[in-house]
Amino acid sequence: MKRFTSWRLFLLSALVTFLLSGCGEPYVSALKPAGEVAQKQYELILLSTAIMILVILVVTVLFVIVLIRFRRKDDRIPEQVEGNTKLEIIWTVIPIILLLILAIPTVKGTFALADMSGTDKEGAVVVNVRASLYWWEFEYPNEGIVTSQELVLPTDERIYFHVTASDVKHSFWIPALGGKLDTNPDNVNSFWLEIDSEAAEEAGNLFYGKCAELCGPSHALMDFKVRAVSREEYERWVEGMKAVTEPKEPETALAKKGQEVFNEKGCISCHAVTAANTAPAEARIGPNLTDFGERAFVAGILENNREEIKRWLRNPEKVKPANKMTGTYEPLTEEELEALAEYLMSLKVTE
Amino acid sequence: MQIQEKLSFETWPAAPEKETLEGQNKVLGFWLFLGGETVLFATLFATYLALKDSVPGPGHALAKDLFSMPLVFLMTMLLLTSSLTSVYAIYHMKNFNAKKMKFWFVVTVLLGLGFLACEIYEFNHYVRDFNHTFSSSAFGSAFYTLVGFHGAHVIFGLGWITGLVVRNWRRELSLYTAPKFYLASLYWHFIDVVWVFIFSVVYLMGMVG
Amino acid sequence: MSSYAQKRGFLATLWDYLTTVDHKKIAVLYLVAGGFFFVLGGIEAILIRVQLAVPNNDFLSADMFNQVMTMHGTTMIFFAAMPLLFALMNAVLPLQIGARDVAFPFVNALGFWMFFFGGIFLNLSWFLGGAPDAGWTSYASLSLASEGKRIDFYTLGIQISGFGTLMAGINFLVTIINMRTTGMTFMRMPMFTWTTFVASALILFAFPPLTISIFFLIFDRLFGSQFFNVEMGGNTIIWEHLFWIFGHPEVYILVLPAFGIFSEVISIFSRKRLFGYASMVFATVLIGFLGFMVWAHHMFTTGLGPIANAIFAVATMAIAVPTGIKIFNWLLTMWGGSIKLTTPMLYALGFIPSFVIGGVTGIMNAASMADYQYHDTYFVVGHFHYTILGGVVFAILAGLHLYWPKMFGTMLNETLGKITFWLFFIGFHLTFFVQHFLGLMGMPRRTYTFLEGQGLETGNMVSSIGAAFMAVGAIVLVINIIITSVKNQKVGNDPWEDGRTLEWSVSSPPPHYNFKQLPLVRGIDAYWIEKMEGRKEMTPAEPLGDIHMPNSSFIPFMISFGLFVAAFGAMYRPDYSWGLPVLVGGLVITFGSMLIRSLKDDHGHYIKKEELMDDSDKGVQA
Repeated sequence: MKRFTSWRLFLLSALVTFLLSGCGEPYVSALKPAGEVAQKQYELILLSTAIMILVILVVTVLFVIVLIRFRRKDDRIPEQVEGNTKLEIIWTVIPIILLLILAIPTVKGTFALADMSGTDKEGAVVVNVRASLYWWEFEYPNEGIVTSQELVLPTDERIYFHVTASDVKHSFWIPALGGKLDTNPDNVNSFWLEIDSEAAEEAGNLFYGKCAELCGPSHALMDFKVRAVSREEYERWVEGMKAVTEPKEPETALAKKGQEVFNEKGCISCHAVTAANTAPAEARIGPNLTDFGERAFVAGILENNREEIKRWLRNPEKVKPANKMTGTYEPLTEEELEALAEYLMSLKVTE
Repeated sequence: MQIQEKLSFETWPAAPEKETLEGQNKVLGFWLFLGGETVLFATLFATYLALKDSVPGPGHALAKDLFSMPLVFLMTMLLLTSSLTSVYAIYHMKNFNAKKMKFWFVVTVLLGLGFLACEIYEFNHYVRDFNHTFSSSAFGSAFYTLVGFHGAHVIFGLGWITGLVVRNWRRELSLYTAPKFYLASLYWHFIDVVWVFIFSVVYLMGMVG
Repeated sequence: MSSYAQKRGFLATLWDYLTTVDHKKIAVLYLVAGGFFFVLGGIEAILIRVQLAVPNNDFLSADMFNQVMTMHGTTMIFFAAMPLLFALMNAVLPLQIGARDVAFPFVNALGFWMFFFGGIFLNLSWFLGGAPDAGWTSYASLSLASEGKRIDFYTLGIQISGFGTLMAGINFLVTIINMRTTGMTFMRMPMFTWTTFVASALILFAFPPLTISIFFLIFDRLFGSQFFNVEMGGNTIIWEHLFWIFGHPEVYILVLPAFGIFSEVISIFSRKRLFGYASMVFATVLIGFLGFMVWAHHMFTTGLGPIANAIFAVATMAIAVPTGIKIFNWLLTMWGGSIKLTTPMLYALGFIPSFVIGGVTGIMNAASMADYQYHDTYFVVGHFHYTILGGVVFAILAGLHLYWPKMFGTMLNETLGKITFWLFFIGFHLTFFVQHFLGLMGMPRRTYTFLEGQGLETGNMVSSIGAAFMAVGAIVLVINIIITSVKNQKVGNDPWEDGRTLEWSVSSPPPHYNFKQLPLVRGIDAYWIEKMEGRKEMTPAEPLGDIHMPNSSFIPFMISFGLFVAAFGAMYRPDYSWGLPVLVGGLVITFGSMLIRSLKDDHGHYIKKEELMDDSDKGVQA
């Protein structure tokens, strides 16, 4: 009997795997797990789906038989059956067994994903995530640097996250890497994720992250990105970030002009262009732009190129409704936009 | 028995509040209502415990700074006694003695008013001397909401009993009015029970720290 | 009966309904008002699906989408599903237990008017500066940050209608405990009565936490308290706990009566008594009980820690067992039966596979570690629409067709009914099945749009097409109701011919005192027993005598209206000087009306024996 059940379960999970594969893009789908956490969750999803399809099958078979055999053909009055204790016991006990099969890995996994014991280890990558209306800040406390909107993470090792919010509740979610965790304004929540280098390669080394808790009009657009890199590349990036202690001097004339605009129009009062985390969190009002030129996206959602930067700066309200940047600066002329875009694109740390 | 029937001491039933179907319904319905009220206050207690002493920073009064035993003890005594007098009132209601019933209800109301006066003084004292207000901290909000909800129940109960006594000042008891008096006293007991919990959870535990 | 046959002016009818305390008329009021809100919520649903049909759509602005989405959820839960169920309960429940009315007819009317004014208040927000926009869950940090009066419409509207719901719950409990006719023991009660009983108990214990949490939000927004203001020591997670301590039982408040309706439908149209009645009752009570222990499964990602998450995961899984018992009992009720595919039965048959899917995805959600992926995505949206739409709305539609003749004395058209069913059934699965996958493919819920290039285009398009099917289905239903009402062909006591319980033993619609003589119940399915023994009527349990009935009253309307006025005062008090007087004035109306009710003797009236005998001459029994 037992063998029979497990054989059936296996067949079902094979079927389910087949059904679920090809679902979604590898950089944003929970069905294309790209790390240990997502993998564990994916396996539990498969197991539960298999059990549940089994249940659905049993019900469906009974249902179809009933519908075919017992339609009204004549005016006879059927026997008025009260019940059947044996049957009732069977369909109480079997679900309990099925649920136990599901409950054990659930409990185990829940504790495994909450295991933060490696946080204090030498060289562990720790990220403090701070969510604000509609952008993300990532602070690397061990390295003493801050970045925004695009996480840079080494593959094949555990990354420890401490997440919080500075205004309303948000939720930190990278579908391909693992389930989400709410960022509460009240407290700091912690969990870990891991990126598998091979899977990352398949996904183009860039994963999509999302806000999963309704936070206002632009909740749908509160995306961020995760750049998955090798350990060496990660260290090079950290070094590059650390090296920017003073705002970087632009090289071209246009970029120089852009920097002037950046300073005169007051961009600098919210957006830092140095990476150190010395200012307190409350003073970090807008996304840090130190490595802006290397990010794949502007504002988390627009492709990073001259035209899109200008589109964003021209009227941010049109791109992200109700964002906090709209109206904080005087309208920019086309020339100023051109210069600013040039300047922003020149902000790179690894070259 | 018909609801409008004129009754005498001899024909007055042992449980007049439950003699008619309407009466039975009211008593059961009111007990259920008190069940809901219990959950309501349980929620308030839980919130109070979660937010107790939760203040934005130093300089805000905490539970151990605020409460003083003599006043709270006096309030407790007033309310407990009023519960007892309402028992007397119902005792006389069951004995078909409208006059004594009304007398004891009036005493109940007076004691309740005394309690209310103390509570108003107490709140005033916290606001004036400790700057502990509804808006000063989450602790303040939770405290005033819990104790204030109870206070609002006291006010409602006082209005209810007063209304009944005034309305029936010149009338004999009937099976129509008996459940009304009975329920009002039940409500009053409930208020008393809630106060016992407030006394222990808010004041005693607050003073211990 | 004579006064009912007379044609009366519109104003007289209106006054009749404004003051009625008759459970059957209150049922009609709930049906009309709930139906109106259901249509509103449906229109909002269509707007959502139009917006999400294609990526980067600008049919609705982000801000407007959040309002529409919030109002869709709030309206459907509080102002459509619950009142429509209350309509069916009011219409049927007193008849099922052999009672002449509910225990507190006055409170029954009061409950309706509270719900009504709450719903109107909430929807007036559309015209007064925008609708609530923080989701139906209105999580504290966002609901505090929301500007204007939007969230105040939510809190005050729900608060008023919540009082009404609480009253309705107590009323049904007392009715069922105290008003059953001779021989109607607890274990002979029809399943719909049982589920209403348990759902009412859930209302009694689940609504107070909602009342309190909404008071906190009202106080925070309008009266300067700091419950959820983190900077002042507040805590937003308290809201999550309190909301879900209410919110999860609320699911069972909705779905248990739905189970009851399906139990009736399946039993009637299989011509068999309910299989495993005792275990059905047991399962109902157990679901109700467990419903209170699982609220934190809505908060797996809040950060409660692995211990809490594991406990609540296992507790949640446990609910599957009694629910499974019910599914198999229904299947076995049909097994060996004589199944007739009427419209209500089609809904019941459509319900079983749909709800099984909704149930099993619920178990998947219960697996906390996997839920980190599902939570707040379209997977959850798919899941709860399978339970609420595939369970509750199907039940409401089944009950509507089943009890329409009992409520209005005429049958809905069966052909149109079946067309509605198929459109609804197909549309429903098209809309929501694919949403499970959308969620797993990375689409969070409550997003006003989605970007290209994430593989979400096809699924969303399919989902929107499905919604169109359901919209057409709803239109056919409305046409059906209009045609039926115009034709108005009268039917007898037992129009489906297989009625089993007491409500089918009286005329359609019943006289306003329901039973001339209260019936004697001799077992489960009391009317069926009599029919099988060749009798056409119930055996009376009492001699013919005067019947005591309650008087109509306008006071329930006034009490509720007072709160409606007070809510406006409370809301505008911080901005306008007239706010405070209006607040006080409204409360004076409410408490003044209560005082009048308390102090004015109201002994009801009697229908004389002679009048009753007169009625039978004129053939009330049809």
